[in-house]
Amino acid sequence: MTKTTILAALLATPALLGSSIVLADATHRTKAIETIKRDFQPRGQADLDRLAEDGVQAICNRTGNNPSGDIVKTLEADQLAGVKYPADNKLMGDWKAGEKLAQSGRGFTWSDKPGLPVGGNCYNCHQISPKETAYGTVGPSLLHYGKLRGNTPEMQKYTFNKIFNSKAYNLCSDMPRFGHAGALKPEQIKDLVALLLDPESPVNK
Amino acid sequence: MERSPPQQTLAGRLAILGTLGALAFSVSAVAQQELDHAKADAEFAKFRAEMEDSNPAELFELKGEELWKAKRGPKNVSLAESCDVGLGVGKLEGAYVINPRYYPDADKVMDVERRIVWCMTEKQGFKFGDIAKKPFASGNYTPEVTSLVTFVAGHSRNMKFAAPIKDPKVREVYEIGKEITAYRAGPYDFSCNTCHGSDGKRIRMQNLPNLSTPEGSLKGVMGWPGYRMTGGVMLTSQWRMNDCFRQQRFPEPKYVSDTVTALLTYMTVNANGYTYKGPGIKR
Ligand code: HEC
Ligand code: HEC
Repeated sequence: MTKTTILAALLATPALLGSSIVLADATHRTKAIETIKRDFQPRGQADLDRLAEDGVQAICNRTGNNPSGDIVKTLEADQLAGVKYPADNKLMGDWKAGEKLAQSGRGFTWSDKPGLPVGGNCYNCHQISPKETAYGTVGPSLLHYGKLRGNTPEMQKYTFNKIFNSKAYNLCSDMPRFGHAGALKPEQIKDLVALLLDPESPVNK
Repeated sequence: MERSPPQQTLAGRLAILGTLGALAFSVSAVAQQELDHAKADAEFAKFRAEMEDSNPAELFELKGEELWKAKRGPKNVSLAESCDVGLGVGKLEGAYVINPRYYPDADKVMDVERRIVWCMTEKQGFKFGDIAKKPFASGNYTPEVTSLVTFVAGHSRNMKFAAPIKDPKVREVYEIGKEITAYRAGPYDFSCNTCHGSDGKRIRMQNLPNLSTPEGSLKGVMGWPGYRMTGGVMLTSQWRMNDCFRQQRFPEPKYVSDTVTALLTYMTVNANGYTYKGPGIKR
């Protein structure tokens, strides 16, 4: 089953839309989506197709980011299945390159030049290296991430997957799906894994 | 209405603005390099102190006043004699804070900027396409509409927000606006709420108001239009929404569209009862 057919099946399930409160919201949501569809114009690399929801976005939008039931596991597994690994299958690269990438906030806005390279945007949302004090707080602190969690192959894989597709573990995560979106290549994600897990990285000092 | 008396000549204040502009350039260069924004904050505080009572927005209010009173456009009428921004033609005291509101003549809920654009096209005969071509300030360019909005907003300084939420048409637009803030899409799955959905969040060092709270929504609307240090230009709420959609990785909202009015309605209604502080200065 594709994501879309799963979604279609789900939306046909009255249980999900059971309460009248949800129905009232659904009416305004429908109007909101119609309004959005009318009101935008393409600019730079940002085309109108960006306004359409994919399956994951649609589920999250329709459940206040709190979906329940088997659909969650199914869709998370579907997201995980799309993760691509580096050609050499090594998941830890160069933490210095990772730090540079984590610093850059570029990518995907209509004022950014189209195409790669795109930045990681990581410091926009996370504390990472103790040397960078201008960090955002939309995501949790990742300071001492490897020191606290270890750098076992399982941990490397989880971290790689999480950056490639945050929705593989948390369907309505606020974190972008960097690999899935085509923002970061597997080789770049490898460097970010090193930034978080390498004992030599300032993150773990 | 509290308004500081002009303590300096216009020329003197323009000179200060020049200095501000130079600072703004260095601030935005700093931002480019993604260095510590705290430094820029400190510099900003220093310059705000140096500005003392003189508010750069007042220069745009003066410009807006001229534009408001002049007979202009293909129909050669003034806005002062033709434009109703909520309290009746020509009545400005307290008008900004009772918008967005429903306008029967346009059959639309409109925010003040949208209303002024409507008056310019319907009453003065300007072409919407010409106005929408370059709707926001950049470099030395300030759109006429921006000065007009600043002028109108200046007549509501320190008054309480009172967007008419009891009007079912406004309520409907409010509910749509609320849903738009939750709508996730685009390559990064962002909605407004990703960045503005809970308390105490930051992107780098920039504080993100939680728009679902009265205090957060107030932060979102109370300072606009504002003279923005980053870039050294006068900008409106319409611009702020435009730039947030850019950061959301969405395409561009059309100028004065329903989507933007809905967002402004949502935030302003949430801020009802709190005091409007603009037009002023923004980081
Ligand atoms: C727009 C915000 C945002 C951006 C940008 C972002 N993240 Fe996250 N990140 C989050 C949030 C929110 C969470 C917690 C929720 C979750 O786990 O899904 C998170 C969780 C994580 C986790 C899991 C932490 C744990 O305890 O298991 C890792 C690892 C991570 N982020 C790494 C990164 C890296 C590396 C980047 C840059 C490529 C990045 N993030 C960019 C918001 C963001
Ligand atoms: C990816 C992050 C992001 C998204 C998505 C986003 N914003 Fe913002 N928003 C910001 C940043 C950064 C600022 C600037 C804060 C500053 O200058 O201190 C900001 C500022 C604002 C402000 C002005 C706050 C002030 O202090 O005056 C408002 C209002 C606002 N956003 C509303 C919205 C709305 C509505 C949406 C959705 C259409 C949205 N934002 C989407 C990041 C975002």
